[in-house]
Amino acid sequence: MTKLTNHRGMATWGEKLVPLERFRRAAAEAGRTLAAGEREAALRSYRSPEPDPTPVEGPYSRIAVFGGIYSNHHALAALLEDAARRGAEAVYCLGDLGAFGPNPEKVRPLLDQGSVLSIQGNYEESLAAGREDCNCGYTDPRDNHFAEISYRYTERNCSPAFKTWMGTLPRRRRVRIGDRELLLIHGSPRRINEFLFHSTSPVPFLEVLLDQNGCDGILCTHTGLHWHRRLPSGRDVVNVGVIGRPANDGRTNVWFSMLEAREHGLAVDLLPLAYDHESLAAEMRGERLPKEFVETVLTGWWTTCLEILPARERAASRY
Amino acid sequence: MSLADLQPDPAPRVELKSLDTLWFQVGGTVCNLACTHCFISCSPTNHTHELMPAGQVQRYLDEAARLGVREYYFTGGEPFLNPDMEAILEATLKVGPATVLTNGLLLDRARCARLRELERASDYSLDLRVSLDGWDAATNDPIRGEGTFERILSGVRNLAEAGLNPVITVTEVCQEAGTDAGKERFFELLRSLGIDRPRLKILPVFQIGAEAERGGAYESWQRLREGDAPDGAWDHLQCSACRMATDQGVWVCPILVNEPSARMGETLADTLGSFPLDHQACWTCHAYGVSCRT
Repeated sequence: MTKLTNHRGMATWGEKLVPLERFRRAAAEAGRTLAAGEREAALRSYRSPEPDPTPVEGPYSRIAVFGGIYSNHHALAALLEDAARRGAEAVYCLGDLGAFGPNPEKVRPLLDQGSVLSIQGNYEESLAAGREDCNCGYTDPRDNHFAEISYRYTERNCSPAFKTWMGTLPRRRRVRIGDRELLLIHGSPRRINEFLFHSTSPVPFLEVLLDQNGCDGILCTHTGLHWHRRLPSGRDVVNVGVIGRPANDGRTNVWFSMLEAREHGLAVDLLPLAYDHESLAAEMRGERLPKEFVETVLTGWWTTCLEILPARERAASRY
Repeated sequence: MSLADLQPDPAPRVELKSLDTLWFQVGGTVCNLACTHCFISCSPTNHTHELMPAGQVQRYLDEAARLGVREYYFTGGEPFLNPDMEAILEATLKVGPATVLTNGLLLDRARCARLRELERASDYSLDLRVSLDGWDAATNDPIRGEGTFERILSGVRNLAEAGLNPVITVTEVCQEAGTDAGKERFFELLRSLGIDRPRLKILPVFQIGAEAERGGAYESWQRLREGDAPDGAWDHLQCSACRMATDQGVWVCPILVNEPSARMGETLADTLGSFPLDHQACWTCHAYGVSCRT
């Protein structure tokens, strides 16, 4: 205890006590001090875009975008109908075709039929590579337990051909809508399984992400919770929502996005999508999927994957 | 074998991949406690780092916004000893989510109510992390100090009543904390305070500072070498995505603030380069997969 209460005039340097001035002098001499111009250059270089050879698709004037099918072919069928009715010129899926729901193979023909343009989510990446787990990025043992049940089931019920096809999907796409070039990724431009939640994706962070990726907007998914931020620069980041399960809001519908070109910029609509959730629940029961999953379908409240939620999103949950 | 062969290999270097997390040693090394396991030996008289004034924090926040920092953490010492702390949080919550690591002793009802207001007024999350080192006075107080258990619990209760659900941080000095049964004891304790979704973070100990005296220092083999990284990359270490600002400049991470050599520069722009993993605490981060983030 003597050491701890005997700091007057002294500093802790590792395990030693040294005169305060000696610590401060050594610290001040460590590291590097750039000149003002060099600092400015370092900040600019940090934000500057990396070259990205991803081809640009479009231009379109109106598209539908969604993520996280999670084997919910009932919702996918409803989505395709709704998107056509709304005049979508193209339909994009941001990955995670399987997980959670029943009979993953039923999704494939619908994707073909609707000419859905997909990218890989962590699920496709894992299934195509024969990984042992979904790489969802959960950290809690209970969340991982249910993620493992999902993955094992999906893995077992996907044909090798479907898995191979998943591996051929691009990891990112670039799409032009009107005068805007958008980057489409699963989690974030940096990591396939990075979570971009509303409360933990602050405006300055998103502005820099857009600069680094040289685009006017980012469309992502992965969290299962939809949101849209129009940034001070006039650019947009949209977590487009998932159609595989409800958004933890006590409603049984799921969510997707419509993006439309405007004279200057973009109109972004986050839209609820009703589908035959009773049939989905019945099919899930038939496949003996966990009752916790079925409960989510029927109530709109998440029962798993909760620990990954930030404080704000968690506070809005029932469980 | 020549003498040169006995020299340790040069330390591997970690690149800053992106500056996602900015820490503030906002309470300096000044604390109203003197815990026996504190890896930076904080105490009421430790002024190795001083409290940071709001203006200094704001300059770093401005620079951080230009670098797209994603989240902010505040620690000390005890952050709430800093008279500017609430103003600092208000400024921070305008630009991103904030987490405060506190010992819970200064969380009276009025302060908790004000923190809740700050949280409500922001688009971003405000999280409080309260340190506790045992599930009763007999296990906690020998580490954190006589009578602290009851006072910490009172702070946690005040947070819960204000509608803030803190994360309880326990170090592995409490040996059972890592086991399911140990966690359950903490969960039970928190439920008894009316917290129905208890949150817990377990941290390994860093064998430096006061802890080196209490539990023993590192041994010479506990040091990182080039081949230790799975694929030559150190992206799994938090220092690939964080920096720590103190009243004396920018350090590489929250652990090494008592190492002058871990100071990387004056501004964040000075510190965007790589850092040598030559401290023994770096070994703990790698071996235990430590992140100081919640």
